[in-house]
Amino acid sequence: MISLKAIEFTQGEFCIKDLNCEITQGEYVIIMGNTGSGKTTILEMICGLRTPTSGEIILNNQNVTNLKPALRGIGYVPQDGALFPGLSVRENLGFALELRKFDNEQIAEKVERISKELKVSHLLDRGITSLSGGEKQRIALGRAIIFKPTVLLFDEPLSALDSETHTELCELLKSISEDRELTIIHVTHNINEADLLGDRLIRLQDGKLISTQSNKKDE
Amino acid sequence: MSQSNNNLNAINSGRLILSDRIFKVCFGLILAFYAILLIGMLAADGFYLIDGAKAGENPILEAISQPEIQNSIYLSLISCSLSAFLSIIVAIPTGYILANSDFKGKQLLDSTLDIPIVLPPLVVGISLLIMFQFPPFTVALSKIFPFFGIEGDKTLNEWVVYQVPAVILAQFTVAAAFAIRTLKVSFEQIDGRHEQVALTLGCSRFQAFYRVVLPQAAPGIVTAWTLAWARSLGEFGPLLIFAGATRNKTEVLSTTVFLEMSIGNLQSAVAVSIIMVAVAFVVLMIARIFGKRGVLI
Repeated sequence: MISLKAIEFTQGEFCIKDLNCEITQGEYVIIMGNTGSGKTTILEMICGLRTPTSGEIILNNQNVTNLKPALRGIGYVPQDGALFPGLSVRENLGFALELRKFDNEQIAEKVERISKELKVSHLLDRGITSLSGGEKQRIALGRAIIFKPTVLLFDEPLSALDSETHTELCELLKSISEDRELTIIHVTHNINEADLLGDRLIRLQDGKLISTQSNKKDE
Repeated sequence: MSQSNNNLNAINSGRLILSDRIFKVCFGLILAFYAILLIGMLAADGFYLIDGAKAGENPILEAISQPEIQNSIYLSLISCSLSAFLSIIVAIPTGYILANSDFKGKQLLDSTLDIPIVLPPLVVGISLLIMFQFPPFTVALSKIFPFFGIEGDKTLNEWVVYQVPAVILAQFTVAAAFAIRTLKVSFEQIDGRHEQVALTLGCSRFQAFYRVVLPQAAPGIVTAWTLAWARSLGEFGPLLIFAGATRNKTEVLSTTVFLEMSIGNLQSAVAVSIIMVAVAFVVLMIARIFGKRGVLI
């Protein structure tokens, strides 16, 4: 569970004001809002890349407001995937496992398994420069989930993809969220994406939460 | 398309072709002027050597065979490599901080770090010389490095000034500024998202830096090292003031040219100059090749 309590954040003229929000375990939450409304900043505060000016971030009943990103166990996929340029696809996928001191056999086995699941096995030994946008996002997703985080954050991961790849990846995200019961916060501008994937839609405007709307099909 | 538009296109097409030609010729002439100036200088050196050489003698081999010039070449290679290495050690964290951090006084610090680039070389030498005579600085440094012993056999001043360390320090002071400038630009071009993602995947700041950022900065590091090395090779003003130009002691290639000129041995001075040009050219070509290809990417 993620709980944002009275979060305030100020940087220059930009600010987020009194943000309160509860996200339950396994929930898929979509955040929408116009440019500069604070969507990316909220994701960055949750994963520890920014510290709120005041307020608390509670993750699984632990106050993580000042905890380093490495210790939060949150997977993060930014817009362009941000794959590491000097590494092969295999090395990108195994990056988090290597940091966690898994031995080479375990890393190879987990990388093989995730690459099959994401249908990128044939790319493992390639560099990342020759990959298509969809392939890059699949690998960025694999890199983020391979260390089994409980929370995943997506910052417009599908925005630069063609419609066919977009549909494929939407289905992939949906199946991953259902199979693994992950808590997912997904920032997007695409209302179709929001309808298809989200259990709940949160709208932001000028750093304020202006509406929360359930999107569960059975409600 | 109407007749008048066709006529207009015909006229414009002729003008455009002429304008493009003038553009290319003007820019080409300016480029050619500068290239001819540089090539002319080097060619003149070469012709001077050939013209002045006695039958069967090679002036460059003659110069290299002199023990004091051999010593100068040896000291140049060692001191330039050391000062370039020290420049990179300083430039990597400094360039990274300047590219990625915002703090009060950043503009002031940034401008201060450019001082060795814009300051007249002699002023750098004088400033270093005065600093090593300045008691608060020498006492503080002697406390950090007690083996310099301000009351002992040798003071800090005697260890450094007019000695080999002064050669390296003078070269480093100027070369580091160029290396910092190069690496700052290099770090600015690296997408900060990579480092952020590395942090969320479990990296400490240091791990994210050396595993993700540093490999991407590798071509910049090679370029900065080469620039620092070439800059150190050509350094003369600060060396003359701070390290002196003592034969077989603090003499490097740039001071050799000065010493040979001062005793009227122009032939030898030109020979050493050509050696310096050749070395600088090779180093710059290596930098260009590795800088373009990238080393780790």
